[in-house]
Amino acid sequence: MTGQAHNRPGDSPLVAVKDLSVLFDAGRAGFWGGKRLIVHAVEKVSFDIHPGETLGLVGESGSGKSTTGRAILGRVPVSEGQIFFQGKEITHAGKNQVRELSRDMQLVFQDPYASLNPRMKIIDIVAEPLLVHGVVKNIREAAKEVARLLELVGLPPDAGARYPHAFSGGQRQRVGIARALALKPRFIVADEPVSALDVSIRAQVVNLMQDLQSQFGLSYLFIAHDLAVVRHISHRIAIMYAGNIVELADRDLIYDAPVHPYTRALLSAVPVPDPPVQRARQRITCPGEPPNPLNPPSGCRFQSRCPYVTQTCRDAAPVLTQRRSGQRAACWNC
Amino acid sequence: MTASPKIPLLEARDLVVNFYTRGGVVQASRGVSFQVDYGQTLGIVGESGSGKSVAVQAVMGLIFTPGHIEGGDILFKGRSLLDPAGRKFVRQVRGKEIAMIFQDPMTSLNPVFTIGTQITEVLRHHMGMTKDQARHRAMGLLDMVDINAPEKRLKQYPHEMSGGMRQRVMIAMALACEPRLIIADEPTTALDVTIQAQILELLADLQQRLNVSVILITHDLGVVAQLCHRVAVMYAGRIVEVGDADQVFAAPVHPYTQGLIRATPRLDVVTERMVSIDGVPPDLISPPKGCAFFPRCDQAKKACSRMQALVELGDDRHVSCWCAAKENVR
Repeated sequence: MTGQAHNRPGDSPLVAVKDLSVLFDAGRAGFWGGKRLIVHAVEKVSFDIHPGETLGLVGESGSGKSTTGRAILGRVPVSEGQIFFQGKEITHAGKNQVRELSRDMQLVFQDPYASLNPRMKIIDIVAEPLLVHGVVKNIREAAKEVARLLELVGLPPDAGARYPHAFSGGQRQRVGIARALALKPRFIVADEPVSALDVSIRAQVVNLMQDLQSQFGLSYLFIAHDLAVVRHISHRIAIMYAGNIVELADRDLIYDAPVHPYTRALLSAVPVPDPPVQRARQRITCPGEPPNPLNPPSGCRFQSRCPYVTQTCRDAAPVLTQRRSGQRAACWNC
Repeated sequence: MTASPKIPLLEARDLVVNFYTRGGVVQASRGVSFQVDYGQTLGIVGESGSGKSVAVQAVMGLIFTPGHIEGGDILFKGRSLLDPAGRKFVRQVRGKEIAMIFQDPMTSLNPVFTIGTQITEVLRHHMGMTKDQARHRAMGLLDMVDINAPEKRLKQYPHEMSGGMRQRVMIAMALACEPRLIIADEPTTALDVTIQAQILELLADLQQRLNVSVILITHDLGVVAQLCHRVAVMYAGRIVEVGDADQVFAAPVHPYTQGLIRATPRLDVVTERMVSIDGVPPDLISPPKGCAFFPRCDQAKKACSRMQALVELGDDRHVSCWCAAKENVR
């Protein structure tokens, strides 16, 4: 996989996110409800995704990675910043525009059990987007297309007549991918698509997504909570922490020359399945836990856990700056 | 067995556990045998539905209807935990000498009692401590699992703590009665990676300091590599390979173990394509007659349609596979 081919500087990005912030209203606190509670889910996040490219978006729970993905798809309201798709601004797309856009951008969910309606047959699940968008008039017309999609994702042709409960987790995830592909989108947000699957099945789904990408030139925003799986599918990787992107770099730079202390801690936290190697590895544990998103600290979000913290980190939030070619990080001290 | 000079701390022999469901009889554990020595960490690794949790739930007496233990035995210090005549012994052992840490600390702590109440309850019941003694000891336990300000924490409810903190409390409770054996069932699966790293370090440190034995149930080979001396690989209700962790990782013999190690993504190795194991695990209502891995195995041969028991390969390494047995039998 030669990812670099996909992001030549001349290419115009398929998706561009500029200074995206998403704040959620979490009600009011205090006896008279005088204090508004605001969850700072995503703050000032910027990145591009080029045609045919996969951007891995990695972060722990509550880091804002899913919210970022959903904001691009118009599923959550954007508080600040802009989102462009094929050069057109879609930041505050209305209901109709979101529906129109969903032809081009689709979502694959994490939980293959919760994301398929147990009362619908596979054929109805996969055909639904086709019917909603008027690509076909009725289910009979859709049958041929559904059969093609099921074959594409490696499911048996008779799968359409069955219900989701007849399938294993990996097969259900294939159904979810077939549904996402039905409208021939150009961009797919995959929100932890393999986290719920067993190791031996995980690779099947990741490989399928890679094959589909090279076949159709799809772009992915691949969301994950650790760095092990994304290495195989991503061309570039963005690391999120408490609503900020702390490092954004070409895939191999993240693994071979990480800059941000959080990236390094995250790499060190994933145990290597090889006892002598794992014992010998230098481990960077970062103590403590991520900050409360209702009340994030001023300055750098990682300051409370960072081994290199200085006064500057407490005073001002660092922004992403260029390090090596193809690598940007947000840190004052590294 | 009587001829053996050394009695292991815990031994499971040919454990059979069935669940009687509407869909049929689920054979969750189909003759599982393993043993844990004093001061040793045994990792039991397998994918969902492989029966790894059921095996240790049987040890703790946590198999409830529709599940039944229908064969085999579990011996703690050489005495049976399943023998109805030994009820009193069992009550003394479970919860005191054998403690358990569960996957989800939110559901395994009682939400309506403070942490302090829950830890002191264990101490007063099993150790016969007074209220003051128990409180004092509870503070010591929280300190042992690196929770700061233990006095304040004792007064808190589970919901006031983060997931990592709750798991530390669970570990403190497990340590309360100075157990000989701790069973940890996916202790870090619900946690974020950086928090997982903290908890794994803590477990490794406590295991060494207290010289306690640990059975660690996990689906993550990385976790096994970090913590375990020995590893048992389970597939479809049976142990397919067991041995010294370093040896199993360095030279896996069973094709399933080989596949699992290949399929686990590694941070330190660049591969262009992930390796998968084709197919899906079998249905345990009607498992295949012979080797359960036979339909997915790339080294399958005729003999595989018959069951192969665990064969010793030397160095306390056992494998249940016809191919492997043929190559290595001396």
